[in-house]
Amino acid sequence: MSTTYVQTAVDPADEADRPDSDRSRAENSLARKLVAPALVLMLLVTAFPMLRALYLSLFNYSLTDPDAREFVGLANYATALSDSLFWRDTFNTVGIMIITVAVELVIGFAFAMVMHKVIFARGVIRTSILIPYGVITVVSGFAWQFAFSNTNGFVNSWLPFTPDDFNWFGQYWSSMLAIMASEIWKTTPFMSLLLLAGLAQVSEDMLEAAKVDGATWWQRLYKVILPNMRAAIMVAVLFRALDAYRIFDNIFVMTAGANNTESISFLTYRQVIEQFQLGIGSALSVLLFLSVLVVAFVIVKLFRVNLADARQES
Amino acid sequence: MGKSLKGNIGTLLGCALILIWCLLPVVWIISLSFKSQQAVTNGSPGFFPSSGGGAGWSNYSDVLQDEQFRRAIINSIGISLIATALSVIIATLAAYAIARLEFKGKKFVLTTALVIAMFPVVSLVGPLFDMWRTFGIYDTWLGLIIPYMSFTLPLAIWTLSAFFREIPWEMEQAAQVDGATSWQAFRKVIVPLAAPGVFTAAILTFFFAWNDFVFGISLTSTERARPIPAALSFFVGADPFNRPASLLAAGAVVATVPIVVLVLFFQRKIVAGLTAGAVKG
Repeated sequence: MSTTYVQTAVDPADEADRPDSDRSRAENSLARKLVAPALVLMLLVTAFPMLRALYLSLFNYSLTDPDAREFVGLANYATALSDSLFWRDTFNTVGIMIITVAVELVIGFAFAMVMHKVIFARGVIRTSILIPYGVITVVSGFAWQFAFSNTNGFVNSWLPFTPDDFNWFGQYWSSMLAIMASEIWKTTPFMSLLLLAGLAQVSEDMLEAAKVDGATWWQRLYKVILPNMRAAIMVAVLFRALDAYRIFDNIFVMTAGANNTESISFLTYRQVIEQFQLGIGSALSVLLFLSVLVVAFVIVKLFRVNLADARQES
Repeated sequence: MGKSLKGNIGTLLGCALILIWCLLPVVWIISLSFKSQQAVTNGSPGFFPSSGGGAGWSNYSDVLQDEQFRRAIINSIGISLIATALSVIIATLAAYAIARLEFKGKKFVLTTALVIAMFPVVSLVGPLFDMWRTFGIYDTWLGLIIPYMSFTLPLAIWTLSAFFREIPWEMEQAAQVDGATSWQAFRKVIVPLAAPGVFTAAILTFFFAWNDFVFGISLTSTERARPIPAALSFFVGADPFNRPASLLAAGAVVATVPIVVLVLFFQRKIVAGLTAGAVKG
């Protein structure tokens, strides 16, 4: 009781000096308590295992023979990086990423333009665009595998330039096309929703002004809409590219890696879970993580360059 | 006049294309699920089941009578719901702090969340596989719930903090001035405003958990915990080129229907969430 009294007697002057500090200290500690569970959980399941992968990658360690575990330094990395499998799978992954994101950007933008324009049936369109997003990736993989199948699919009979018995899963290029088709179908709607949000931020006044000044549709698109959406486009491309780089489900279901269609995620999975090679598998995990960082870095840099270019232009 | 008509036709055509895009593979897999196994293996490349090749509901009853499939559905529902509930609770606390309080390390939390959202999931499978076996939670519900929570938290935190930033927090004080206790003010004013955002985050989180495949096949080995996407991929036979297509299609439809129903529900909630945010003025 008395201490409280003393404190209140002393504090006012103190508080008048720096009115925020006590409050901000209290806010800080409350905030830390509220954020802690989320932060701890996130780090526990990502940072910790990643460090462990880093450690395990330095060993020759197979679960089929755990006692033979020995320190080998960077030998696993040397093995992985000198293996043609690793580079073939990286090539596949990068190829899938670039092609799908490019196609999705164009189609997704067209969809976003339509959704932006449409007034009637807006709810129906927006609901249906969420359906591919909601469908399990594995299920969409099945749907497209069966669709492309030469025994029970419909793609061959619908496409004019393929014979009815064309086996899409008989060779590399057509298998890759089928895989990319399923990926593009599933994620274009997500891309278009992100772009739609960006489109909503482009000022109607500016578009109207450009129209009055006699700008054509293309000019308005290139000079007004796209420059104003740069941030939204960057976010959409970055998210989708990193997502595409992790491609696994569709390939697992559609080809199981046959005809050299394996991705880098698939290779890592095979080493760890199917062959129990934790040492080399961990090295691959680390390489996969690093390559995702590189991809993120390149995309961010790429868009910054564009930004600078655009500024010089105007 | 002529130009706007052309524009309208273009928009209409665009809408039709979007609808076909979204629905075609869904209609296709539903159609496949009603074809008989013989019609499929004998090669019936038609889109819809032909008059002789229909199987009625038999694929569905076969799938639903399959013990492994039923277990997988139960696993998926249980694991996804628990992970969603826990993840949303934890994310709500964090998002409240991020939206409402000034504190050191806010940027760190948001950056960590962003990095995890972009994390290559497969990278973690190896170490988690090893760790979970050591801890004895390999092939259990818990062994999937923990990674699902961790990987849905970023999404939930970002969605929720965006929602919470829109909430007019002064209303809480206004209610207190009007004589409400701070708990009453929080419960009666803030909770209803935050609820649509929390629900939206929950739906997105549930999507993620239900969709997961990598953890599902790597961290389980039996039907004890194997979720539905993983179970579907292992469903009858390991040869990916000779799967029982129509049976699998039926299973896929059963696994997808709850999500699509949620999508329809989700749409309304988003609209509700947006209108609730508009109370601001």
